[in-house]
Amino acid sequence: MRMRTIEISVGGFVLAGILAVLFLIIQVSGVNPSSGADETYRVTARFDDVAGLRPRAKVSMAGVTLGRVRNIRVDTTYGEAIVELEIDGKPGNLTADTSAKILTEGILGARYIGLLPGADEEPLQDGGEIMETQGAIVLENLIGQFLTSLGKDKE
Amino acid sequence: MQNLLRRIGSRVLAWLQGLGRASVMWVLAMSWVPRWSEWHLLIRQVYSIGVLSLAIISLSAFAIGSVIALQFYTQLTRFGAEDAVGAGLALVLLRELGPVVTGLLFAGRAGSAITAEIGLMKTTEQLSIMEMMGVDPLRRIVAPRLWGGVISMPLLTAVFNVVAIYGGYVVGVQWLGADPGGFWSGMQDAVEVWQDIGKGMIKAGVFAVVVTWIAVFQGYDCEPTAEGMGLATTRTVVSASVLILAIDFFLSLVMYGEFR
Repeated sequence: MRMRTIEISVGGFVLAGILAVLFLIIQVSGVNPSSGADETYRVTARFDDVAGLRPRAKVSMAGVTLGRVRNIRVDTTYGEAIVELEIDGKPGNLTADTSAKILTEGILGARYIGLLPGADEEPLQDGGEIMETQGAIVLENLIGQFLTSLGKDKE
Repeated sequence: MQNLLRRIGSRVLAWLQGLGRASVMWVLAMSWVPRWSEWHLLIRQVYSIGVLSLAIISLSAFAIGSVIALQFYTQLTRFGAEDAVGAGLALVLLRELGPVVTGLLFAGRAGSAITAEIGLMKTTEQLSIMEMMGVDPLRRIVAPRLWGGVISMPLLTAVFNVVAIYGGYVVGVQWLGADPGGFWSGMQDAVEVWQDIGKGMIKAGVFAVVVTWIAVFQGYDCEPTAEGMGLATTRTVVSASVLILAIDFFLSLVMYGEFR
């Protein structure tokens, strides 16, 4: 085969490989250079239990993604998890008494944080804290409560 | 008894000698940087190792992607978790099956060809003639093949992954009727650039080095007879495949050992 044809096909091959890598990065892993909203701010929230929540999990309100979980730490004194949230947009798009809840997508789905707006007129500041939280529902605890309540009924 | 020990000892020594020769050959060949007049050697190797493997790679990728999607779908649908098909498919492919299956096919398709080609050159004494003419066969024959493999294999792996995900999409979404939104967003939530794509590509690079190294060395070191060539080709495919599987296990252990 002529050298020119070989060079052209090698060039096409390398191009296809690079395009494939780009496709993997953009479409498969969902890194979208433009979707990292221009402006974000951070708030924290304390939960009694985050069971299964991971960094980069969704933060949503009414089912619409509003941000991501940035970081999860534990406060060993109070036995609480401190979750750092990155919210898209300018500080002030949430009320100060917004409440946060850890929810699950479907039965086997990933954990995410659902926000519910409050009625306060004060906005939530950058670096502020969400006071009203409800941790993840852990199946073992639910079953435990159910069993103890059954036992009480019989007495 | 003494005879047995002696035989074992000489086997071990012969093996060590082979490893030593192979290492020296690899270092010398990999330190080769093509001059402008030598680029066509490398291009030709990328063509015969990479471009000509594209057909078999794409075909197997499509088949593998579609059966994975089929199996995941039928099992996950019992829990109502069809949305996890995309995530499972992408993770399995990017982390394990993409590099490993590409490596195995690469060993069978390109590795055996390299060994047979170099073995034939040795058997017909072309290599000795080159040395007599003052052409270094390490530069002229070995190095372009090693580099060609190292360049081609990660690209082939990326193509494999893309085609396999497309195959999974065709079967899972278009045929079985999983929700396309859930398919892609589940995948995008699960896959991380460095953790999954980057580490998969590192695996592909390691496998490329292993396969081309074995293939070239077996060809270079084969007994210059028809039988020796056949033996060397078989050895290339067998030991490269076994090594790929073994190395993959250890790489996975190191990369994904602590579950994050």
